Amino acid sequence: MPFAVVLILLVVGSVAFHVYSQNYEWWFTDLASNWGMVDFTVDITLYVTGFVFVAVNLFMAYCVIRFRYKKGARASYEPENKKLESWLTGLTAVGVAAMLTPGLFVWADFVDVPDDAHVVEAVGQQWHWTFRLPGDDGKLGEVDAERISSENPFGMDPEDPNGQDDVLIYDGEIHIPIDRPVKFVLRSKDVLHDFAVAQFRVKMDLVPGMNTFLWLTPTKTGRFEILCEELCGIAHYTMRGAVIVAERDDYDTWLANQSTYHDLNTAPAGNPAIGAAQYAVCAACHGQQGEGIAALNAPKIAGQSAWYLKRQLMNYKRGLRGTHEGDVYGAQMIGMAATLADEQAVDNVVAHILTFPDNAVASTIEGDIARGQKYYNVCAYCHGADGMGIQAMNAPRAAGMSDWYMARQLQNFKDEVRGGHLQDYQGKQMGFMADNLHDDQAVRDVVAYINTL
Amino acid sequence: MTIALGFLALILATLLGWLLKQSFNTQPWVAEVVGETAHHGPLGTNSRLIALLTLLAVVSSFFALILSAYALRMELGDWVPLTEPQLLWINTVMLILASIVFQWTRNAAVKERQARLAPGLLLTGLLTTAFVIGQLVAWQQLQSSGQFITSNPANAFFYFLTGAHAVHIIGGMYVWARATAKVVLGTGDAPSIARSIELCTIYWHFLLLVWLVLFGLLLST
Amino acid sequence: MAYVAIADRDHEIEHHDPQTFITKYIWSQDHKVIAVQYGLTAIFVGLIALGLSALMRLQLGFPDQFSYINPENYYQFITMHGMIMVIYLLTALFLGGFGNYLIPLMCGSRDMVFPYLNMLSYWVYLLSVIILVTSFFVPGGSTGAGWTLYPPQAIMAGTPGVDWGIVLMLLSLAVFIVAFTMGGLNYVTTVLQARCRGMTLMRMPLSVWGIFIATVLGLLAFPALLVSAIMMLLDKALHTSFFMPAISLMGADPGYTGGSPILFQHLFWFFGHPEVYIVALPAFGIVSDLLSTHARKNIFGYRMMVWAIVAIGGLSFIVWAHHMYVSGMNPYFGFFFATTTLIIAVPTAIKVYNWVLTLWEGNIHLRVPMLFAIGFIFTFIHGGLTGLFLGNVTIDLPLSDTYFVVAHFHMVMGVSPILVVFGAIYHWWPKITGRMYNETLGRWHFWMTFIGTYSIYLPMHYLGFQGVPRRYFAMGNTEFMPESAQDLNAWITVSALFVAATQVLFFINMIWSLSKGPKSDPNPWHATTLEWQTPDHPPKHGNWGHELPVVHRWAYDYSVPGYDDDYIPQNVSADDAPAGRDHGGAH
Repeated sequence: MPFAVVLILLVVGSVAFHVYSQNYEWWFTDLASNWGMVDFTVDITLYVTGFVFVAVNLFMAYCVIRFRYKKGARASYEPENKKLESWLTGLTAVGVAAMLTPGLFVWADFVDVPDDAHVVEAVGQQWHWTFRLPGDDGKLGEVDAERISSENPFGMDPEDPNGQDDVLIYDGEIHIPIDRPVKFVLRSKDVLHDFAVAQFRVKMDLVPGMNTFLWLTPTKTGRFEILCEELCGIAHYTMRGAVIVAERDDYDTWLANQSTYHDLNTAPAGNPAIGAAQYAVCAACHGQQGEGIAALNAPKIAGQSAWYLKRQLMNYKRGLRGTHEGDVYGAQMIGMAATLADEQAVDNVVAHILTFPDNAVASTIEGDIARGQKYYNVCAYCHGADGMGIQAMNAPRAAGMSDWYMARQLQNFKDEVRGGHLQDYQGKQMGFMADNLHDDQAVRDVVAYINTL
Repeated sequence: MTIALGFLALILATLLGWLLKQSFNTQPWVAEVVGETAHHGPLGTNSRLIALLTLLAVVSSFFALILSAYALRMELGDWVPLTEPQLLWINTVMLILASIVFQWTRNAAVKERQARLAPGLLLTGLLTTAFVIGQLVAWQQLQSSGQFITSNPANAFFYFLTGAHAVHIIGGMYVWARATAKVVLGTGDAPSIARSIELCTIYWHFLLLVWLVLFGLLLST
Repeated sequence: MAYVAIADRDHEIEHHDPQTFITKYIWSQDHKVIAVQYGLTAIFVGLIALGLSALMRLQLGFPDQFSYINPENYYQFITMHGMIMVIYLLTALFLGGFGNYLIPLMCGSRDMVFPYLNMLSYWVYLLSVIILVTSFFVPGGSTGAGWTLYPPQAIMAGTPGVDWGIVLMLLSLAVFIVAFTMGGLNYVTTVLQARCRGMTLMRMPLSVWGIFIATVLGLLAFPALLVSAIMMLLDKALHTSFFMPAISLMGADPGYTGGSPILFQHLFWFFGHPEVYIVALPAFGIVSDLLSTHARKNIFGYRMMVWAIVAIGGLSFIVWAHHMYVSGMNPYFGFFFATTTLIIAVPTAIKVYNWVLTLWEGNIHLRVPMLFAIGFIFTFIHGGLTGLFLGNVTIDLPLSDTYFVVAHFHMVMGVSPILVVFGAIYHWWPKITGRMYNETLGRWHFWMTFIGTYSIYLPMHYLGFQGVPRRYFAMGNTEFMPESAQDLNAWITVSALFVAATQVLFFINMIWSLSKGPKSDPNPWHATTLEWQTPDHPPKHGNWGHELPVVHRWAYDYSVPGYDDDYIPQNVSADDAPAGRDHGGAH
């Protein structure tokens, strides 16, 4: 008897859980695309299966009560009942067909991309998203995995005229206009990834060596997070991006500010001579040779990679870094970065920094090197076993840089003082990783190990 | 995957047909006297034969799946057909001869002509060894002409298929060696040796068939 | 053909006479000892995998609280947990364990047809387990590629264990497949050839049917895993490009060209889907026998049950790509595979109906094995129904790669088969050991396991609806996830740890029973099947003493009208049955 009661309670409880789950938002996010039919198909399946779940289990509970063992009772004898079995089979087939049919129709829509869909290429790599738009000619240029390099992360064919006006977006964030069908062409540079936006309902794997696609029409403006949903290595869970659905005008404004492949190729290189003048401001804290002055809380910058210095300066300028109230020293840098008028000025000063000699710095932090090495195993995936950084992974050099600064930044990442800005995708990623250093001692240990590299 | 599916359909259809025959018109709940419900296995009483046939089904599934992969991989852009070494023709003849001699030996064993067993088995072994060595030589010929396993997917499949086939041959030669040793040393009783030879012969024919399919496929692509 | 019962011809089966402890319990060729060896080894690695799941649940429920869990070993935990549970625990336990124990006893034969091969099968299986466990200790640790081992990621830097772990994993799988094939040949041949007189196919207990068809599936499907494992090893070791396309990894070119990762997925799931049924079918069979015995009623619709098992087995080979709807394969395949997948729901539903209808007008003894059997029906209904979501290609779009998938397959492949495993162990424990377990402890074990697991997996589906992705080490501040999602995760972790802890009850009970448990009756459940009719209790080597049993009836003669007892063993002839008039009693 208690068994049957528990069965009934579980059935009732499951239904109650389902009903209340909606109150706790343990349910689909609000739909933001045209795929309402997906939700509809889910609903049909939910009602059919829900009915079967309740009916069969309650029947079973009834049997357990009604036909529980009684001394002297005897079970009936009925090897089979063809009529009953045929009926049940038939009814099940009808139920299954009712669930399947709408699904097939929706899928037919999904595999058939509307002709007026505009194309966005989403490119996945360990562990970042980048994007490419076909530009004015509406055609994406040829790409080839073998041409991918630090200078040409998309693997563009420089000779292909179709590629010249392709818009390249390195931000991890893509804008699309509302109410217009968009076809995402999906490409992976390295391993499997998956392009998934919960509010859009559709997802698809990225497969290296081929292009895949999905399409949708966004129906709500706003920011929608992209998650990679195919295991792609240890930082899989940090591979985030965003789709920004905007009104048409906002979209056009955004698009006008993006650079094409041609723009990027023809941008003048940084001029160290001009940069030298700009650097005078920096020198006050970072030292004449970029050696860093700990007393002024200014880290060594000599020997750091150009792309990283540029990104951080741009982040300060764009308000992606240093804006958190806890980031006192970062706030100082915002003012300093503001003295660099534009991207060209940043390029110049970075070019000047590159001319500095890379002298060793004194270690200031001690810790358990053996333990630090264990922690560093995870860091090494991006920053390299030698700690020299890997540009393709967006991971800067750590070895031979100011250790006190790294310790502080790790703490900042943990506290989201740094990397908390929505658009700072690399910073967010580092935040995830810094969370693996559970206390100050762990931070000291890993920095102590990096000092030995 | 059509190749693998076709093969499976064949196996499952056989199995299903047989099961249905056993089950369709029976009313299992009716108790019967023993004589009428006497059972016998699908192929008589030879359990080793059943086990061997089951094993052959497993091996066929293995090769059918490689062939499916072959067909799928072939459609991708970088496939460059391989020119098979002419030596493979000679190897094929060796394997056919091995099968024929084995069959002859088997017939002798069934007819209890003991004197023919030792020469027959040894000749089979010789021919089969020649086949395996011939395959190795073919590999070397390919290597020396710069056709390495990594050069091209067609090459990779060639090495994989021939290698997998040779491993199965060598596995069979273990059983062959045990039977031969018994014959040559005069240990073991005649019926059990005859049974071993019978099963070995089936296995040899099967691997010949697999090889002919593989070779035909390699030649035609 | 003249009738010869194969098992009568004892010379066909090579019997060794066990003399010493070593030949009796270590190098034993007795199927019962081998079954126990298989079972203990499988349970041992299963406990490792259970420990791993506890570790990963700790991280998910309480992120960043445990310094010994980092993304690297987290992905190793999930990979090893999945692989061990699916292959080394469930497959080995159902086929190597229960298959070995039950087939000869239920079919009325003295042993497997090839006892030596059977022994070899266990030792090769043990070798595969040792290789697998070794991979925890090699430099870089075991592989963290996820149990599906998808390339390119499985053999590329960026994944833990890429140097040694993955190689040992593939090697271990290959060895396991060899072991399984040795066992499988035995199971198939024994069922076909060594049944005792009168044991027609349609008189076999459903346990044997389930195990038999599962073995056939395994024999045909495991080669797909072998092929993909070998090809991946070649890609890894010799740099071929079967599965590896041209890629740029971490800014470097690893030198592959033109391969297809999707090809691997096709091969993997060609094995992987039948694998689900390799585990499920024996569970279906065993649970049918438990229900029938403890409800004192024949299994309802026996023939339909047999055909359903066979149909599910056959269909399981043409549904594999439903694991790949969003893999980037040709999307038009989606129509075909969604249809075949939902068709398979029909025979599966029939099985469920027939189980429930077996209870109807029964005389249900709610003993421990029966609790587990009915618990299984409940969880299997739940898991089967959620399969209708994922099998439907459209619904798979939002739900694939989320916790819904995790919840679904744990419900059908984790909880349900494990409930059957426990039910079966409790059911056959008296036969295996000759002793009874403690009924109260068994009940507690059931209640905590049953309610605990449901409390893990019911909420988990809702995380999936919400969009929480699987295989995430931490969610961080994901914008669309409410705070309450984390609360649910914490709840799931608490439940999981609770369930893991309560398994102690099972081990206490069994260990206690081994030495102190009361001696059991030879047929404590009054069951009809042959294993309860052995002359010795527990059965000795050779099972049947001097004379093999002769079967006169099917395995489900419970409560036959016109007889005093409410069961008639299979080997009781119509003439010998008590009050034996109107024999058969069928209408």
